Amino acid sequence: MEGVRAGGPYPLPQTPSPIPYSGLSHVDTILQGFISAFKLILALDPELLKIIWLSLQVSGGALLLAILLGLPLGALMALRRLPLRGLILSILNTGMGLPPVVVGLVLYLLLSRSGPLGFMSLLYTPGAMIIAQFILAFPIVTSLAHTAIVNVNPIIRQAARVLGANPWQEALTVIREARYGIITGGIAGLGRVTAEVGSVIIVGGNIAGYTRVITTTIALETDKGNFDLAIALGIILLGLSLLINLALRAIQRLGRTSSGVILWD
Amino acid sequence: MGLSLELAQISKTYNGHEVLQECSWTFEPGLTHVIMGPNGTGKSTLLRICALLEVPDRGRVNFLAGGLPLAPDLALKRRLTLVLPGVGVFNTSVFHNVAYGLKIRGIGSREIEERVGAILETVGLAAKRRQRALDLSTGQSKRLGLARAMVIDPEVLLLDEPTASIDQENSEIIEGIINKIKAERKATIIMVTHDPIQAERLADRLLIMKEGSLLPG
Repeated sequence: MEGVRAGGPYPLPQTPSPIPYSGLSHVDTILQGFISAFKLILALDPELLKIIWLSLQVSGGALLLAILLGLPLGALMALRRLPLRGLILSILNTGMGLPPVVVGLVLYLLLSRSGPLGFMSLLYTPGAMIIAQFILAFPIVTSLAHTAIVNVNPIIRQAARVLGANPWQEALTVIREARYGIITGGIAGLGRVTAEVGSVIIVGGNIAGYTRVITTTIALETDKGNFDLAIALGIILLGLSLLINLALRAIQRLGRTSSGVILWD
Repeated sequence: MGLSLELAQISKTYNGHEVLQECSWTFEPGLTHVIMGPNGTGKSTLLRICALLEVPDRGRVNFLAGGLPLAPDLALKRRLTLVLPGVGVFNTSVFHNVAYGLKIRGIGSREIEERVGAILETVGLAAKRRQRALDLSTGQSKRLGLARAMVIDPEVLLLDEPTASIDQENSEIIEGIINKIKAERKATIIMVTHDPIQAERLADRLLIMKEGSLLPG
């Protein structure tokens, strides 16, 4: 038959070993990776720093955008009887579990040259990555802000009103009372975007020095078997997650603590 | 001198039950009016309507200054205040709770510092100015509520059971503060209480709320 080589079927493709053979066991390689990783971190390797800085810019930008748009929407839904509020909340709650790869795929189709937003030339830029992460963070920030504000005791609003607050001051007072819950939402949003890889790798393209962030570098370097940088970035990502969680805990404790002098006003 | 309040045939219904039934009364300026009556007779509702927190189903409240009616706008709302039975303490320090009414009126920080400091001395909370207000005891919270009201120097002061659920000591402190307000500020005070002895002590005019209407006590 045309196209089929005589002498038997093609040999099965060999699955490449993720770790190049060097005479060392996997555990040794990983340990060596850790040692090299710490050296990279301690030496403040410029490549490493650039990747971290871009990650912080992308995730920070996405979070800032999510807060700027999500907090007013959450507050509006909590303080006013908006039409379709139930529907918007259902959409937001669904959005909290959006798979990042799906976000990346849809955004890719929209931003690609032939897509409806192709004229913006955003594909494979940090801007596209910020938009992708914003889409992931926005429902979390908005929904948690709404929950925090709607749960403020109604007496707070009445107290503000009888003390002479105008409607804006009244709303700001209620939002201020919900501040710990709102910050919790922000930190939860940050946690979601710093750890995700699916959307940014699709719309960012993982271009070295331009759109390469911590998570996409880990994916790439692991694929290449270059564990030093991957592990170093993994440690940094874990450190960031730890910091985010510690901040979350501290803020939750600050909101609930029942004694002591006011530290934050 | 405080404002006078005219209630003109006010009615209010909750869940099919008419709590206030064509209630009419004139609260004279600068006097302390104490309202008594069983639970559920509409005393708190009346205070909330007087504080412009609620709108009556029928009838109206007229505020008069020197016999002239005032429009129910923000400027009028800022000349009166209600101390809610649950106070509604903000989750911030004692100082910032008391300063709230001044801040939203755009008063400068130096004046706020002076006025809040003086009021905190009056209500006996000066030592707790930096403490979180939510950590105060019930009695201290009630005093905080009075301090928040006093600092804005209202011309109409509405007090909804200011000494309910607190001990004798705090109750006496609060009564002392109300007497001080009566003596120094000449505000029109309308207060609801269940304590007849306290009512006798504080009232210039004693009123009874019965079946949704006010009657002289």
